[in-house]
Amino acid sequence: MKIHEYQAKELFRQTGVPVLNGIVAKTSEEAVAAYEQLGGQIAVVKSQIHAGGRGKGTVEGNPGQRGVVVCKSVDEVRDAAEGLLGKTLVTIQTGPEGKTVNQIFVEAGCDIARELYLGIVLDRAAAKPVLMASTEGGVEIETVAEETPELIHKEHFDPAVGLEAYQVRKLCKKLGISGAAAKAASKFMPAVCRFFVDYDCSLAEINPLVITGDDQMIALDAKVTFDSNAMFRHRDLLELRDLSEEEPSEVKASESGLSYVKLEGNIGCLVNGAGLAMSTMDIIKYHGGQPANFLDVGGGANTEQVTEAFRILLSDPNCKGVLVNIFGGIARCTTIASALIEASKVVGFNVPLVVRLEGTEVEQGRKLLADSDVDIIGASDITDAAKKIVAAVS
Amino acid sequence: MSILVDGNTKVICQGITGNAGTFHSLGCREYGTQMVGGVTPGKGGQNVEGIPVFDTVEEAVGETGADATMIFVPPPFTADAILEAVDAGIAVICAITEGVPVVDMVRVYEKVRASQSVLIGPNCPGVITPGSCKIGIMPGYIHQPGKVGVMSRSGTLTYEAVWQTTNLGLGQSTCVGLGGDPIVGTSFIDLLQRYQEDDQTEAILMIGEIGGSAEEEAAAFAKANVTKPVAAFIAGRTAPPGKRMGHAGAIISGGKGTAEEKVAALEDAGIIVAPTPADMGDAVVKAIAKANG
Repeated sequence: MKIHEYQAKELFRQTGVPVLNGIVAKTSEEAVAAYEQLGGQIAVVKSQIHAGGRGKGTVEGNPGQRGVVVCKSVDEVRDAAEGLLGKTLVTIQTGPEGKTVNQIFVEAGCDIARELYLGIVLDRAAAKPVLMASTEGGVEIETVAEETPELIHKEHFDPAVGLEAYQVRKLCKKLGISGAAAKAASKFMPAVCRFFVDYDCSLAEINPLVITGDDQMIALDAKVTFDSNAMFRHRDLLELRDLSEEEPSEVKASESGLSYVKLEGNIGCLVNGAGLAMSTMDIIKYHGGQPANFLDVGGGANTEQVTEAFRILLSDPNCKGVLVNIFGGIARCTTIASALIEASKVVGFNVPLVVRLEGTEVEQGRKLLADSDVDIIGASDITDAAKKIVAAVS
Repeated sequence: MSILVDGNTKVICQGITGNAGTFHSLGCREYGTQMVGGVTPGKGGQNVEGIPVFDTVEEAVGETGADATMIFVPPPFTADAILEAVDAGIAVICAITEGVPVVDMVRVYEKVRASQSVLIGPNCPGVITPGSCKIGIMPGYIHQPGKVGVMSRSGTLTYEAVWQTTNLGLGQSTCVGLGGDPIVGTSFIDLLQRYQEDDQTEAILMIGEIGGSAEEEAAAFAKANVTKPVAAFIAGRTAPPGKRMGHAGAIISGGKGTAEEKVAALEDAGIIVAPTPADMGDAVVKAIAKANG
């Protein structure tokens, strides 16, 4: 689960990770009031969307308008707010369709001496979280990783213990931090690591992390993603979820216990199991088609879920045909077949439907479909199914 | 022989009195697995269709001599259930549960690796040695005793692969579902080692997917250490970056973990990679033919 920068910074503040004062605003009036409340000096107006690259991103139809603006007066704040709120911001991470800016964060300015990068992710190969730090702050860390990986310094840490003092010293040495700034790091870095563990993050990234003229360390940005599997112990964090940032059909699917990802193609896929669902997309592409989605109905799919799945697939205007690929294990083919027949009554299929069933109770399942009045193109295996649906939509 | 489990393996189920635990314990027993007990705290003394229930794993092991367990307890309690099994000295622990927090697995992983126990999963279908012992949720009848070691990060995709090798008459030695999470107890490399040393296994089929670098590491290991024919398939060639494809671990992040990278690494190691999921069995046949010159 992703949250906004202003929300992440509030959590940082509560955990002892230093941030600047800032106020979130939904209108230009609120933005101006926020600016005045912050002291009316230098302030930064930052678009709040669930994507990075905002500083270099531009507003659709207004290429002069950047997603992050440094302001020195009320007028500049108002202009920035009006130029951003309700507009579509396109950044390197949003894709060409961009994201609507519904909120902006007005933040006090500060005296920046150095910009660094700090990020924590799970290192899957080491099965441990890893703190990554770099002198190359403020730029795309993926680019740094690609071109100059030696500039990214890593320290793994034990979640139960956190980052050890010597690890901070090692990093400071490599980053060229000494004196009062190193002392600030000795508090800052372990605090971010503790935050990562305590809040079950899958990502905590600060880019840039700044060292100020008076040797303070401050999180100038904050990008935080939580492990959705751990939300049962962070019920309060669920309030921070911004559904307007998510694809509506994906939200709907997750409410029904379906795992769905919308894609750009025209062949809807309904599959049981994530691996099989991914490879069904792959084989459609292999035979010249374009999958419209990833959809895993799960192991224990019931009639309601299958009906909802069809509803979601068919509500995509791009969808010109549906491929159902089921390998019944625990989910019996008869259950899926009955659900499919029920779903056809409720939803009404208006596009070609290719069905491939295999596994538990396959014969009975196929018979159910054959005896029903649902118009189905049967397929004997995945290749046959993929070829048939590609032919049906072209 | 086989790897990990065989006809002598005595199995308990942690979470046996829940719906899934009961259903699959009975399914495993019906397949022929020695289901000797179950554990649900507070329900010791009861039984599930004749399978005795104990309060603790330690007690279950003491009473039944169990050396394997399958875990169906809900995600908030899974890490604890795994650690209890490790503490009781269970040799093979299969965690079927999906949705375990990653931080929990970081903690568990270290303890499991420092112990004598092997953890399969979490978020996996389990392990099966066809004809002898099924621990998990896979449909038994698609399997056939034979010569291919099948290991996979996915569930139903494994069934697809198993079904293909059964229809080709190859059969399987032991099939292991590693699990779809970012941190799982057993890696492809662990199993490559075991399959390499196992007499019954004549070829290995590895089914990977996008996310992480387990396949690349396995490819390098296989190149250096495995003499048996190896075939592979990678799911997710069409998956977009940054999106979690069902499994918590199936995500391309920061441009890493793509199918292309994995396929390239596997092919570089001389492994036959199936171009589509329909060709997994065929890839094994090709790998065997290649090894035989």
